[in-house]
Amino acid sequence: MTAARVVRQALLAVCAMLLSVPAAQPAPADPAFGQLLALLAARRDGQVAFTEVQHLAMLERPLQSSGELLYQAPDHLEKRTLQPRPETLVLDHGVLTARRGQRTHVLSLRDYPQVVPFVESIRATLAGDGAALERYFHVSFAGTLEHWTLELAPAEATVARSVQLIRISGERDSIRTVEIRQTDGDESVLTLAPVRSP
Amino acid sequence: MTGAARAALVWIVLVLLAAVIVAHASYTADMSAFLPRRASAAQRLLVEQLRAGPAAHLVIAAIEGADATTRAQVSAALAARLRSDAAFISVNNGDAAQLERDQAFLFEHRYLLSPQVNAERFSAGGLHTAIGDSLDALTSPEGLLLKPLFTRDPTGEMRVIIDSLTAGRMPHTSGGVWTSADGARALLVAQTRAAGSDTDGQQAALVALRRAFAAALAQLPPARRDSLTLAVSGPPVFAVAARATIEQQVLRLSTLSALLIALLLLALYRSPRALALTFVPVASGALAGVAAVALAFPVVHGITLGFGVTLIGEAVDYSIYLLVQNPPDFARTVWPTIRLGMLTSICGFAALLPSAFPGLAQLGLYSIAGLIAAALVTRCVLPQWLPRRGALRDLSGLGALLAGLLARLRPLRRALLLVPLLAGAVLYLHRGALWSHELTALSPIPAADQALDERLRADAGAPDVRFMVVVPATTPERALAAAALVGAQLEPLVDAGLIGGFESPARYLPALAVQRARQASLPPPGELRERLTEALTGLPLAPARLEPFVREVQQARDAPLLTRAALDGTSFAHGVDTLLVRSGAGWAALLPVAGVGFGELSPAAVTAVRAALAAAGVPAQLLDIKGEADRLYAGYLLQAVQLALAGLGAIVLLLLLALRSARRVANVVAPLILAVLAVAALLTATGHALGILHVVGMLLIVAVGSNYALFFDRTHHPSPAPSPYLTLASLLVANVATVTAFGVLAFSSVPVLADLGSTVAPGALLALLFAALLAPPPRAAAGAAALQSA
Repeated sequence: MTAARVVRQALLAVCAMLLSVPAAQPAPADPAFGQLLALLAARRDGQVAFTEVQHLAMLERPLQSSGELLYQAPDHLEKRTLQPRPETLVLDHGVLTARRGQRTHVLSLRDYPQVVPFVESIRATLAGDGAALERYFHVSFAGTLEHWTLELAPAEATVARSVQLIRISGERDSIRTVEIRQTDGDESVLTLAPVRSP
Repeated sequence: MTGAARAALVWIVLVLLAAVIVAHASYTADMSAFLPRRASAAQRLLVEQLRAGPAAHLVIAAIEGADATTRAQVSAALAARLRSDAAFISVNNGDAAQLERDQAFLFEHRYLLSPQVNAERFSAGGLHTAIGDSLDALTSPEGLLLKPLFTRDPTGEMRVIIDSLTAGRMPHTSGGVWTSADGARALLVAQTRAAGSDTDGQQAALVALRRAFAAALAQLPPARRDSLTLAVSGPPVFAVAARATIEQQVLRLSTLSALLIALLLLALYRSPRALALTFVPVASGALAGVAAVALAFPVVHGITLGFGVTLIGEAVDYSIYLLVQNPPDFARTVWPTIRLGMLTSICGFAALLPSAFPGLAQLGLYSIAGLIAAALVTRCVLPQWLPRRGALRDLSGLGALLAGLLARLRPLRRALLLVPLLAGAVLYLHRGALWSHELTALSPIPAADQALDERLRADAGAPDVRFMVVVPATTPERALAAAALVGAQLEPLVDAGLIGGFESPARYLPALAVQRARQASLPPPGELRERLTEALTGLPLAPARLEPFVREVQQARDAPLLTRAALDGTSFAHGVDTLLVRSGAGWAALLPVAGVGFGELSPAAVTAVRAALAAAGVPAQLLDIKGEADRLYAGYLLQAVQLALAGLGAIVLLLLLALRSARRVANVVAPLILAVLAVAALLTATGHALGILHVVGMLLIVAVGSNYALFFDRTHHPSPAPSPYLTLASLLVANVATVTAFGVLAFSSVPVLADLGSTVAPGALLALLFAALLAPPPRAAAGAAALQSA
């Protein structure tokens, strides 16, 4: 009854420990930050292609994956990985569903507070949900509405142990890149681009 | 010494003897009263598990109120206290320490536990594929979690194990402890040391649990502890609650009906001595009944004592007949009728003796012994203590009044023809929903408690399992090996989405042969390094990075194989104990199967699982637990109906032998049948589905009612008869006593007792009424003669 739960839990704990480190104190919000949030909140849905590059210290080359990202305001987010192997990750009302091959794994974010900031960084940005962003991160805004950058430093110690910084950049209401820098030096970069016509 | 004195002496000795037996008997109030004495192999397994299986000592506790942090804090404090309490074998609340132990266990033994470990996987090609997959998985969230383990486990065995384990539904976690899905309750699962059948031990454990909760609360500041409550459920709670309910009900209802009957008789007799005498046969009978059951059965079911209230209803009649009619020559006049009435009752109850339902068989024996004792005490002991004739109040006046009333009602007797017609119509209209079909109808557990249990089980990810594959074997090792074969056949059904998932003891503890084969497929370090060099071609990984892997594979090659003892201290120990059980002379592996979305299995899934079992090539069967339980109940019900009919047949036969006249027998039996029909129709019309205890109640209507009908038969025959008026009065008093006793039972919160009461109380009343109306008109001569003699 309890075994699997226990294990997943333990794995998450392990993961949380592996990522770690300090967060820079963010600058107070720019008035343009408010405008950006309003702009983002006005956007109800979106579909973009993504490429993700992960640099892991133990590997000699970065890992690459690609697929599509779908968003529907305010809390439906879908990441469809097509390469190197198909996998769908759906976030809906706080429940994360992973589908790989025939198997489906469901996890409720309530169970994994450590995972919430990862998911919220993208979801809250897409939704222009400033309150949610500031609940989990020290947020600093740079640039203009045309070319902006948000730097999110984890506010919670458990998350800060694994994630050093999340940097999201974009143009007006479109996100362009999401960089996650982990405390062990590993790094991933998610690059988003409009979907080429289907 | 006179004959009477000798009888009294014998009585005293027997009462003392019975009291000793009763005091030394063992009593139980668990569900086993409702489980069959003889059963199919599947039913036996079911019963064994319910009685003594590990699931039978599992307690789920839910902490409600306050805020999540406080609940988590209390859960941790409670768990710490319970872990140091010898009353509990294991306590789990999802805390980090337990998780770490479990995780460490799985990781350390991954090469013995992973179903993917085989020679092919550790060839150069297999390693290339497995490591490639793991690298791909690193891009997903789960892969990210596995990253720190990657260089030790590049083939991802841990991922494989977790994949196979997550087939079950697990409790949620919040604040480091298990919670319900909505997060409103903190959950804790504990296993009592006391076995399922040890109700005293379980009660002590539950008291310890409550005390530990109170102590955990005491650590909080008063403002935070106020709103916190503890809800506890699980088989031990049910066993303890059922016993308490039955004990309390038996005590309260017996006292209440005895009190009511005492008041009634006191009002009539106006003599405390007569009142005391009335209860001598009843008490003797009850004592004899329990003693007989204690001698014949290994354990007396609490519910039997509950049924015992019924004895008050009938045994009290004997002394009422004696005291009210108080004839000059009791042994010659009234006694033969009482004796025949008692024998008919015994015929009825004897039919219950062969019942597979232990509660019913005990009821039969209890009543037979009780009635014989009560009747003998009435016949041999009581008369010598009777007050002088005339000292007791003469109830002839009441009898005359009744006779007058009956005479006026007699013209209505034709209307009785309507009874079978109306009853038949009602029963016909409800023919689809006449019978109750669920075993839970017998359960003494209130519906609210059952609902709480269902909710907590769902919260804890341990829903009541409906379908389970049972794999029998002679040894645990063989059971585990066979379970693995069955699992291999079920796996594709999960992939195909036909079933939601399944549990298996072989996941936590593979058969030794399987472990040995997995160990043998691990290459030695030199060979593994060579293969890795080849396998990593084209992958972004240098072989030197995987030295931890080589080292750990080497360790796994020499590690001792896993035994049940190795699981101690992990959550998996309980899993294996629940799923690998003794059954009869051998063992059985149990594989609970969940439907898609963790619902029940669809018919198509059942067919698919059965086909998979056939393909596994081992003896295994799919057990539908609820279906089996309901079949069990249907079997009881059918048997109860058959036994009741047999009892009726025996009664008719006895009457034929005793009365030697088909017409007289018909006169005696007709009002009883009418009463049974009327009651069946009444119950059905008021929305009751008829169950076993209703059927038994109908048999009781015949048994009790036959006494009335026999007295009416006697008053109209030239055999020696005392006053018909006194007879009538005694019948009314006896009837009111019976209706009171069963009427009180009808208000019991124990369903089986309430069923019995609500059947017999109206039935006895109607039986008397119908018997009086259907009796031939009293002959003036006989009546006058009797009056004179009085």
